[in-house]
Amino acid sequence: MIRNCLAAALLGSAVLLAGCNAAPEAEAPAATETAASSIAVTDPWSRATAEGQNAGGAFMTIANTGTAADRLTGGSTPVAGRVEIHTMTMEGDVMKMRQLEDGLEVPAGGTVTLKPGSFHVMLMDLKQPLKAGDRVPLTLTFAGAGALETQLEVRPAGAMPAMDHGTHGKDKPHG
Amino acid sequence: MADPFPELEEDVSPQRQAEGLKTLRLALWGVVLLVVSIGLVAMFAPDRTPPASDQAAYADLIGGPFALTAPDGSRVTDQTLKGTPFAIFFGFTRCPDVCPTTLSRMASLRKQLGKDGDKFRIVFVSVDPGYDSPEDIGRYVALFGTPILGLTGTDQEVDAAVKAYRAFYQKVPTTGGDYTIDHTASVYLMDASGKLQSIIAYDETNPSALAKLKRLVG
Repeated sequence: MIRNCLAAALLGSAVLLAGCNAAPEAEAPAATETAASSIAVTDPWSRATAEGQNAGGAFMTIANTGTAADRLTGGSTPVAGRVEIHTMTMEGDVMKMRQLEDGLEVPAGGTVTLKPGSFHVMLMDLKQPLKAGDRVPLTLTFAGAGALETQLEVRPAGAMPAMDHGTHGKDKPHG
Repeated sequence: MADPFPELEEDVSPQRQAEGLKTLRLALWGVVLLVVSIGLVAMFAPDRTPPASDQAAYADLIGGPFALTAPDGSRVTDQTLKGTPFAIFFGFTRCPDVCPTTLSRMASLRKQLGKDGDKFRIVFVSVDPGYDSPEDIGRYVALFGTPILGLTGTDQEVDAAVKAYRAFYQKVPTTGGDYTIDHTASVYLMDASGKLQSIIAYDETNPSALAKLKRLVG
């Protein structure tokens, strides 16, 4: 009886602890990479915007395979007047968005994911609406790696990233 | 499955009492592990739903008179909304993240309600009337593939509505003389009489949000 209880407790613990571990990220295909740099950008995307809506966020995963940290400091795109790097935080029930004046660090050998609810590239003063299905050129500027050309895939306004295993079972909406 | 605790095999020996204590100790450690695991799960999967008693305390504080303008120029007030439950959210069209995420989530939850999905309104109030005209807001809410009533008004009208809901917004200067806006990211669920029924927090799980909407239209 006691042995059974113990086995159940240990097994239960193992299952619960296993459930807390984030599943490994699937291998992402087709990264944009500069010829001589260790920075790679995967899955750059943005959301469709309405006529007269002059700002939008862009999201992506940035990997740094080099031995030195790098920083994403800004960028440019023909569809917007300004490109800024922002972070979003929640304080209680209030959303706060701030520009990262010093850019966003991408650690050596690490990755940073820009996603809804977190870091994002802000496209300010949009010159035209972003339409779902369009591909928008975006040049990202890194302190070390320099300029990196990529193309944003414009998804519907309600698009959300693929299921993030790091949310510990939170069922996030999908666009 | 192999017995994971062979040392606990019962043997009738003189050391049986000591064995019993050892078993008890191991069992207690198992319980400690289980409790710690449950604690870890609770830490990593927080449910931010306020307890029912808190909600009852908020209910009389949140909501109240407001008068705003719809994209077609018509006036919408707390009185004109009466008769149908509604989910109301404050934001602005230049919001890159929380607003599109929340509006698309509400659209997706509405679809999950099936035939009950049209039993409540989704209302989006822009707290940026200096930038968002009623027409701009109409075009913005049309992006989300579900009927959303977009509203705004004069600065005073917007402030009055925000105050009625005990919500918060604040313009924050950015580079080049521009600004962004910090704002409450919760969705207020109001019943057909205009009284607060519950609140969906920004990081609330979908099952919990769906349960609240079911109660709203039930």
